[in-house]
Amino acid sequence: MALLEIIDVHAYYGHIHALKGVSLTVDEGEIVTLIGANGAGKSTTLKTISGLLRPRHGAIRLAGEDLVACRPHDIVKKGVSQVPEGRQVFTRLTVQENLEVGAFTRSDPRAIAEDLEQVYTLFPRLKERRNQVAGTLSGGEQQMLAIGRALMARPRVLLLDEPSMGLAPVLVDAIFEVIERLHREGTTILLVEQNALKALQVADRGYVLQTGQVVLADTAEHLRLNEDVRRAYLGIT
Amino acid sequence: MPGIRVARRITGTDVAIWVTGAVLITIVVVGSVSTLASGRYTVRHWVDFLVAGLANGSVYALIALGYTLVYGILRMINFAHGEVFMSGAFTSYFLARSLEQSGMLNARPVVSILLLMALSMATSTTVAVLLERVAYRPLRRAPRLVPLITAIGASFFLQYTFRGLYGSGVRGYPQPAILDGEWGVGAMRILREQVLVIIAAALMMVLLYRFVQRTRTGKAMRAVAEDKEVAALMGIDVDRVIVITFAVGAMMAGVAGVLYALMFGQVRFFMGFLPGIKAFTAAVLGGIGNVPGAMLGGIFLGLVESVGPTLFLDGLGIPAPNQLKDAIAFSMLVLVLIFRPTGILGERLAGKKA
Repeated sequence: MALLEIIDVHAYYGHIHALKGVSLTVDEGEIVTLIGANGAGKSTTLKTISGLLRPRHGAIRLAGEDLVACRPHDIVKKGVSQVPEGRQVFTRLTVQENLEVGAFTRSDPRAIAEDLEQVYTLFPRLKERRNQVAGTLSGGEQQMLAIGRALMARPRVLLLDEPSMGLAPVLVDAIFEVIERLHREGTTILLVEQNALKALQVADRGYVLQTGQVVLADTAEHLRLNEDVRRAYLGIT
Repeated sequence: MPGIRVARRITGTDVAIWVTGAVLITIVVVGSVSTLASGRYTVRHWVDFLVAGLANGSVYALIALGYTLVYGILRMINFAHGEVFMSGAFTSYFLARSLEQSGMLNARPVVSILLLMALSMATSTTVAVLLERVAYRPLRRAPRLVPLITAIGASFFLQYTFRGLYGSGVRGYPQPAILDGEWGVGAMRILREQVLVIIAAALMMVLLYRFVQRTRTGKAMRAVAEDKEVAALMGIDVDRVIVITFAVGAMMAGVAGVLYALMFGQVRFFMGFLPGIKAFTAAVLGGIGNVPGAMLGGIFLGLVESVGPTLFLDGLGIPAPNQLKDAIAFSMLVLVLIFRPTGILGERLAGKKA
C-alpha cells in the first residue's frame, strides 16, 4: 500500500473546477514530483492534501487513513507537513521561534531539541541567525527556514511547493542538494516544481498535470526522455 | 523621460493639516508656559496629576490589550469589548457587596480583592468567548464591515441586558477600608487605591507579555496573527487560538473592571462605554495590533488626559479645564491619525497580506 494515496480528487475554487479527478500515489521513501504549467493544479493538489481546500469528491489517504474529513491541523498531526509556496515564514518571529512553531504538534521537548539541532546542522546559516527575526533573512535563507520548519514536525510525508521559486541559480542548486540529502535520509517527498528539469533529476517518479488532470505518469527517467515533456516543460526541442 | 523633476504637489489638505498642527502646538506651548509661569500649581499638584494619570492609564492599557490582541489576529475591532469589561465589573459588584456584609471585605481584604478579580475575569472571559462563538465566528468569511456592525450590536445587547436585569441606576461599589487614605513618600502622596491599580495592572501586563513571548500558545498566537493559513499548516488549531485570544483579552478587561470599580466606587450598565472608547483610542495611539503599543498608548492617554487639561488650558484662562479632558483625549487620537496613522509603535504592514 502506498503511503499517500490520492484517488480521483475533484476540487473547486468557487465555480472553477480546479482539480478534475487527480489520482496519484507516493510510496515510503520516494520523491515524487508534480510538474505542469501555471494553473495546472499543482499547488491546488497540495492544498487539498493539507486540508486547506476541501475536495468535493474523491479520497485522500495517509497509510490507509482518511484525510478528507480532517481539519488542516489534524492532517499535520497525522504526518503531512507542507512547505507552502512563496516560503511564508513568520516574518515577525525569530528563526528559532519559527522552528519551534513547526514542532507545534509534538510534545516531547527532548526529541524536539534534538531535531532542532539536526535542522541547524542541515542549515548552519539558520543557527547563526537563530535569534534574528525571520523577516530579515534573505530569500534563500527563508526557504531553508521554511523547509526546516516543516521538518520540525517530523513528517511522514513532506510536501514541497515550488521550493526553487524566485531564487538565484546557486541557491536553487543548494535547495535541491538539501532535497536529495533528505531523500537519502529516507524522507518521503511530494515535490511541486516549475523547474521541471531539476525536479525530474532528483525524483523517482513524476506526474504531469494539465488543467487539473494527470496526463502522464511515469518514472522520472522516462519523463525526462519523453518527447512531449521535453518540448513542453524542459524547453528542449 | 529624462529631465523631469517629480515634485510632490502641495494640496489644500496638506496646508490645512499643517495649519491645524501649528495652531494646536502653539496652544499647547503657550498654554503650558503661562500655566507654569502663573505659579498656581506646585510640584505636589503635578505629582498628583501624574499619579492619577498613571492609574487611569493603567486601566486603559489593560482594556486596550483586548482590542489590540483581537485586532492582531482577526483584523477586527471588537467594539463590544467595553461591555466585556463592564460585565466583569458589574458581576463582581454582587460578590463585593456580600463580602462587605459578611465583614470579609475588611477582615481579609487581599483575599477579597483576589476573589473579586477571579469572578470578574471569569465573567468577562465567558462573555467574550460566547461573543466569539455566537456573534463573530459565523461571520469570519464575511466582509470586514459585517463583524464590525455585529460588534456594535453585541455591545448594545450586553448593555441593555444588564440594564434590564439590574436597572439603570448607579450602584456604589464597596471599598475595603485598607484602600482608604494615602501613603506619603517625602513630598509625594499617593492614594492607596492608585497604588493597587498601578501595581496590579503592571503585574498583569508583565504576565501577558511573557505569555505572548515565551509560551507555546503565545507563539502560536503570534503565528496565527501573521498568517492563519500557514499557521494551520504548522498544526495549529486556528479556531482554538482565536478563542484563547478573546479569553486572554477578556481576563485583562476583567481585572481592569475590578480596578476601575474600586477606583471610582461605582458600577453601572453604561460604565463600559467611555473606558472602552478610550482604550480603543489608546490601542490606536500605540499602534493597533501591537501589544507593547497598547500598554504604552494606554498610559500615555491616561497621562495626557490627567495632566493635559490643566497644563495646556489653565494658563489660557479657560475655566474648569478638566471638563475638557475627553476633548483632549480624542484630539490626541485625531492628531495621531493625521500625523502617524500607524500609531506610536505601529509598523506598516509591508508586503504580507493583511
